Amino acid sequence: MTELTELGVAAIRDGVKAGDFTAVEVADAFNANVAAAQEALNAFIIATPEKATEAAKATDARRAAGEDLGKMGGVPIGMKDLFATFDVQTTAASHILEGFKPQYESTVSQNLWNAGAGMLGKLNLDQFAMGSSNETSYFGNVISPWRKAGSNAPLAPGGSSGGSSAALAARLCPAATGTDTGGSIRQPAAFTGTTGIKPTYGRCSRWGVVAFASSLDQAGPMARSTQDCAIMLEAMAGFDPKDATSLELPVPNWEALLSADLSGKTVGIPREYRMDGMDAEIVALWDQGVAWLKDAGAKVIDISLPHTKYALPTYYIIAPAEASSNLARYDGVRYGLRDLPDGANLQDMYAATRAAGFGAEVKRRILIGTYVLSAGFYDAYYTQAQKVRTLISQDFAKAFEECDVILAPTTPTAAFALGENVDDPLSMYLNDVFSVPASLAGLPAMSVPAGLSKDGLPLGLQIIGKAFDEQGVLNAGLAIEQRAQFTAKPEKWW
Amino acid sequence: MTETTYRIQGASGEWEVVIGLEVHAQVSSNAKLFSGAATAFGAEPNSQVSLIDAAMPGMLPVPNKECIRQAVRTGMAINAEINKYSRFDRKNYFYADLPQGYQISQLYHPIVGEGSLTIEADEKAGIPEDKVIGIERIHVEQDAGKLMHDQHPTMSYVDLNRVGVALMEIVSRPDMRSPAEAGAYVSKLRQILRYVGSCDGNMDQGSMRADVNVSVRRPGGELGTRTETKNVNSVRFVMQAIEHEASRQVDVLESGGKIVQETRLFDPNTGSTRSMRSKEDAHDYRYFPDPDLLPLILEDAFLEDCRASLPELPDAKKARYENELGLSAYNAQVLTADVDTARWFEVLLGETAKAAGKAPAEVSKQAANWLISELFGALNKLGTSLEESPVTPEKGGALLALIAKGTISGSAAKQVLEIMLETGDEAEAIVEREGLKQESDTGAIEAEVDTILAANADKVEQYKAGKVALFGFFVGQTMKAMKGKGNPQVVNEILKAKLG
Repeated sequence: MTELTELGVAAIRDGVKAGDFTAVEVADAFNANVAAAQEALNAFIIATPEKATEAAKATDARRAAGEDLGKMGGVPIGMKDLFATFDVQTTAASHILEGFKPQYESTVSQNLWNAGAGMLGKLNLDQFAMGSSNETSYFGNVISPWRKAGSNAPLAPGGSSGGSSAALAARLCPAATGTDTGGSIRQPAAFTGTTGIKPTYGRCSRWGVVAFASSLDQAGPMARSTQDCAIMLEAMAGFDPKDATSLELPVPNWEALLSADLSGKTVGIPREYRMDGMDAEIVALWDQGVAWLKDAGAKVIDISLPHTKYALPTYYIIAPAEASSNLARYDGVRYGLRDLPDGANLQDMYAATRAAGFGAEVKRRILIGTYVLSAGFYDAYYTQAQKVRTLISQDFAKAFEECDVILAPTTPTAAFALGENVDDPLSMYLNDVFSVPASLAGLPAMSVPAGLSKDGLPLGLQIIGKAFDEQGVLNAGLAIEQRAQFTAKPEKWW
Repeated sequence: MTETTYRIQGASGEWEVVIGLEVHAQVSSNAKLFSGAATAFGAEPNSQVSLIDAAMPGMLPVPNKECIRQAVRTGMAINAEINKYSRFDRKNYFYADLPQGYQISQLYHPIVGEGSLTIEADEKAGIPEDKVIGIERIHVEQDAGKLMHDQHPTMSYVDLNRVGVALMEIVSRPDMRSPAEAGAYVSKLRQILRYVGSCDGNMDQGSMRADVNVSVRRPGGELGTRTETKNVNSVRFVMQAIEHEASRQVDVLESGGKIVQETRLFDPNTGSTRSMRSKEDAHDYRYFPDPDLLPLILEDAFLEDCRASLPELPDAKKARYENELGLSAYNAQVLTADVDTARWFEVLLGETAKAAGKAPAEVSKQAANWLISELFGALNKLGTSLEESPVTPEKGGALLALIAKGTISGSAAKQVLEIMLETGDEAEAIVEREGLKQESDTGAIEAEVDTILAANADKVEQYKAGKVALFGFFVGQTMKAMKGKGNPQVVNEILKAKLG
């Protein structure tokens, strides 16, 4: 049955519907892969095979009864452990939430279950989604299934959705949820040869998703094809009255409207993304992408996004500022970890609990955020960053007067080795240099696998679209996918 | 403008008190500001706590439109500028009664801007003239929970029922100059809130409480350093807190000390204030716009609805009672002081006019006098309130109509009211049962008068000769003959006519 785990969302959905195999067979196959890879890859914080089986049985029963199976009927997925799942431990990969079992279900995960998907387990991630390598997880880092040619050194699967990307590449799931605050879907997708889209801010409800930076956090699908992402995004998205920032718009039929014909479309190439000392492989890949999109019928033009170089510092003010406040609720009073030393008063309990419960990167960002919001610094940092954020949005708005989508690399390099950047937060933060601007502007952006580096590691191209135009992004993604013919997968060593 | 002359006599001379108030008023709504949880007072601890209030991971606030509506209506009632664009900010601090670790408030862009209210002249209280008190802003924010320190020897308990309840913070200008003015301001504000229906004004339940900012200075001089006394929960306590705090500051200054800008607590048992924390230990609240909430944009249609839903407000109502209903300033004041009284009075007036077939203005004085001198007195004796009165305004109106139509006399009406209060019966039934109807039929009264005049021909002669004091004798005789049921007005008229 192992070949079932090679299938993606569309193939499983269609196969179950056609009766080529049962949903339970699919769930069994993926459950087995999850269990077999857990020790080596650490992609899941917990596996929930019984949930996957239960959903599969329900799908098979619905099929037997001749009922509609839903957009994701029979598809087992991995759930990033940032989404609250009813009575199933939800940790955000932190010690402070270890053992926490929400008595509620996030809107996005509920939407997926309603669409017929089942849960294989809760995927590992960077702690509170803060990181680009999965090394900040309290539950140990995820190991990428990819290895450099001729090397056994463990590589980063990207972050923060590194459990999701590793599980996809290793065929532990056909699709997984991700969340993207500054690149957390796109960068891990690029590092693992998988596909992921961050939709327009507000497309997917944030209700029940552990918050990192509220004005940036956005859930999205990760899978192994553009079509699979389109299907899953349709299932995840939708207006949610419980989220005041949710978009009150109907969910388009992205899958049905997929088209790789880009005739009449204009693709913008931002000159500011072409940086000094940029990896030649990345430059070549980008040029290749331009050629593919031209081949698909698009006109390609140069555009300017003049405030690009301020995006990263802006992001690293706004995101920590919001995080410092969002994470204040983890105080040991009502749920999660409580560290109450002998004779401790309330302040002592806060200090002890948070010292023990948060990892170093989380603490770093809380400190940065607290600093930039404090009296005397607020205007110089936070207010200024908000102004720059507006300028960055205006850059995009102006560029989109001339083009329909923007093409850029997803990351400046291929996957790096675990431990390579761990002591240097700044070079770690540089990983987000191409992904952060779209996050700040709330725009849809996706990463599509486009080729391999000379070391045999996947590289991704990024497409950024206009607000609400996920279709344009997906279509350009499909055009690249069809031309790149990316079929590489990691050789199984686990 | 004649300024208040409230002064504190210090050893070194006179001091003037400068007062500003921040009133926290709980918005009357069934649900909290950002969550669907209930807001009933006195519920079991932690029984009205939603996932949002408890700040569970991933929970998000969604503004409650009713709370916004009430804040806007309140702003309109104090003639304030309504900000079509407002925004919520987070005020960050750690405390066990604050699950989110921040309070959602409005620092930078409040929903209501500059407005004012007028406190009325009150000679006795030392307010020589009506005075306009500026209101700087009203913003909406979340309330916090309650810590209970008396439930366990070594632990404190926390009740999250109040967490997230909508408050309006109504910030005055430092325009008050005496405890009496501050008291009048709080009373007036409470009156307006109750009229609008945006806050029940129950200060003893904490629905309304004031942070009192006080400083002292030489009359007309530079402003002094202020202190803020938190959470004072009655008009009397507000006045006490100011008196105490102002004298304390004068004492400090006169003994060569300096006033420290600080937060203080009021102790109702001693009527004094004590230091809670100084500016040095003040939190850095790290205010910033709440990224979970979009700016609040108010549409014109919404504002129009808010305005259309405003009731007649106390000042307008009082003026109307005086000008259109012809009530005395005192009666108008008494009847409009509280919205429930005014509402009661207006039903009474309507019912009286309808039952008597007269215009409201014709029976308004009668209704006002009866309510104020008869019913209030009677309820007072019974130790009950208008709200719990066994006599409803409808029943009262029926009683007053009987007087207005001359069916019963004023004295009989008193009897009827007593019985109504005891039994709750309708006035007409009581009048019937007790035989209290008075005779207004002119024919019957004329016949009685003729008999009396014939029997007392000598006195008639004396009267006509100029002994007019005998008029009362004839009235008395007629009433006696009619067993007290003759309509005195008709009796008077007929006697006057017959005696010439």
